[in-house]
Amino acid sequence: MLGEGILKGLAETAKNFAGSFVSAERLTTVEYPEQRIPTAENARVFPFLIYDGTDWEAGMRCVACQICEKECPPKCIYIEKSKDKKPDFVGKMQIYPAKFDIDVSVCMSCQICVEVCPFEAIKMDTEFELSTTDRFGGLLFDRKHLAKSNEYYHEIHPTEATEVDARLAEEKAKAEAKAKAATQAAAAKAGAPASGPAPGAAAPTAKAAEALPASKPAGGGE
Amino acid sequence: MLEKADQLFILLRNWIVGFLPAGWQAAAGVVLGVIGIVAVFPGLFAITTVLERKGLGRMQNRIGPNRTGPFGILQPIADAIKSLTKEDIVPLNADAVVHFLAPVFLVVVVFMGFAVLPVGRNMVLVDMDASLLFYFAMGASTEVSIFMAGWSSRNKYSLLGAMRAVAQMISYEVPLLLSSVVVVMMTGSLSLVKIVEAQNQYTWGLPHWYIFTPWGCAAFVMYAIAATAETNRSPFDLPEGESELVAGYFTEYSGFKFALFFLGEYLGMLSISGLGTTLFLGGWSAPLAALNWVPSWIWFFSKVMLSIVVLIWVRGTLPRLRQDQLMNFAWKFVLPMTLLDLMVAALWRFLGDGWARWVVCSAILVIVYVAAGRAGMRGKHFGPRTYRYAE
Repeated sequence: MLGEGILKGLAETAKNFAGSFVSAERLTTVEYPEQRIPTAENARVFPFLIYDGTDWEAGMRCVACQICEKECPPKCIYIEKSKDKKPDFVGKMQIYPAKFDIDVSVCMSCQICVEVCPFEAIKMDTEFELSTTDRFGGLLFDRKHLAKSNEYYHEIHPTEATEVDARLAEEKAKAEAKAKAATQAAAAKAGAPASGPAPGAAAPTAKAAEALPASKPAGGGE
Repeated sequence: MLEKADQLFILLRNWIVGFLPAGWQAAAGVVLGVIGIVAVFPGLFAITTVLERKGLGRMQNRIGPNRTGPFGILQPIADAIKSLTKEDIVPLNADAVVHFLAPVFLVVVVFMGFAVLPVGRNMVLVDMDASLLFYFAMGASTEVSIFMAGWSSRNKYSLLGAMRAVAQMISYEVPLLLSSVVVVMMTGSLSLVKIVEAQNQYTWGLPHWYIFTPWGCAAFVMYAIAATAETNRSPFDLPEGESELVAGYFTEYSGFKFALFFLGEYLGMLSISGLGTTLFLGGWSAPLAALNWVPSWIWFFSKVMLSIVVLIWVRGTLPRLRQDQLMNFAWKFVLPMTLLDLMVAALWRFLGDGWARWVVCSAILVIVYVAAGRAGMRGKHFGPRTYRYAE
């Protein structure tokens, strides 16, 4: 009969109306600032820079290779290389970014910088409450602002972080084995005919190991 | 005491007027009545907006506004401040005078309609003999304001929205009037006060409201449909269809002028619900003889608010119609039904007292309704949509 569907619909909305007072499961609304749902593990907002250990300057994984800067589609990354070097996670001396700025008002969260980074130094953050009253300076994040610890990375993307850690550990082990082999070879060479200068392969690592406690990159320019 | 509560506002008016010299008293009484109308109905409008937003939210399993004040009841105040402080933009090419006059005209005309509505016993601003006619004259004038808004904006969406609105309102004006004519036929008067008095009688404690007769019930349903279309409410909100027309005729309105349109629209809803209450639901009369002690104005306003709740409920349920469906429904279904209802009412009048007229009139209406529904739905495909080429 004509109008039957309307009555059915009215009954349905009435049921919804009454039901929303009775059962809380019906209401899908999350009242945001007070209530929150945990972000999904794959969530991504803007990139951040990872550092190992506790000192963000010393532990910064970024070696200022500028691949991300070149790949960034909207060109929101700005890197200035340092003049001096500091040891990276394996102990090899590397240059580091004296300046690493990301303009988050330009960033489009595409994650390409993360994909291209060969040093696992840049990752995507899940922090989304970034509103500020200053639309120029407030949205330009410098390297201090961007630096987040590896523990934080584990917190927000546990699976991915474990994978990355395993990969880095493997790399480190390989590098150490190589260094060890090199030192052994050098020792063997030194022990045999003539005592020439040590081959270059082992030298930086040895130097780096000595330099580690003293090396404090002069990054106070910001 | 109860007598005094019923006539509270009349006594209050007389008391205030008593302070003035005799020559001014009549004019002052009218001014006080106008102040009452201008204060009460926008207040109800504020309550309606909050009811609507919260109610619609609940119907869609949302919470609705709950930030301003306890449970969000201060939302209308926040809305008012927002619209008052917003920039008022007039398009460069717009006809500025007409653009300004349209919302003012709408609100004025809608307020004029309230002048003849009896909101309680003795509580009517102007008790004229042809008040129903006056009401419809004022109601029809809202179309002019809508067309003024659409035309003066010089915007294609505004104009399309206004064309749709005018086409829709003129189409539904006819069934609206014809369904009210039934009441006039029965009462023998165009005066809304007399119409309410005719319904304020009781048999076995039950009221003689027109909705409780077969012709009155049918007329009420037709009136409700036409009234929903008249006030551009969902499912007949084509003139403001956001998805196709931005906002219809008030696309180019912002700030306080937009608020005035909004006010006019909701006042129109309240006013047409008030008229429906007066014509079919007994106006200010109590639903049971035993409840006659409750002040009459409480009954009127509760009935109006109940109608508003039903309008909100319908809005939360039905999707928007298509333009051709809207017109077909008006001219091919609602109008013939109201014409039939006129004849049924005449039949009722001449069949005399007794049970026979109840059976005959109900049977005619139900049979025609079912048959018309069947005929209208014949050959139409209902159910999930099928796609021929895309899947």
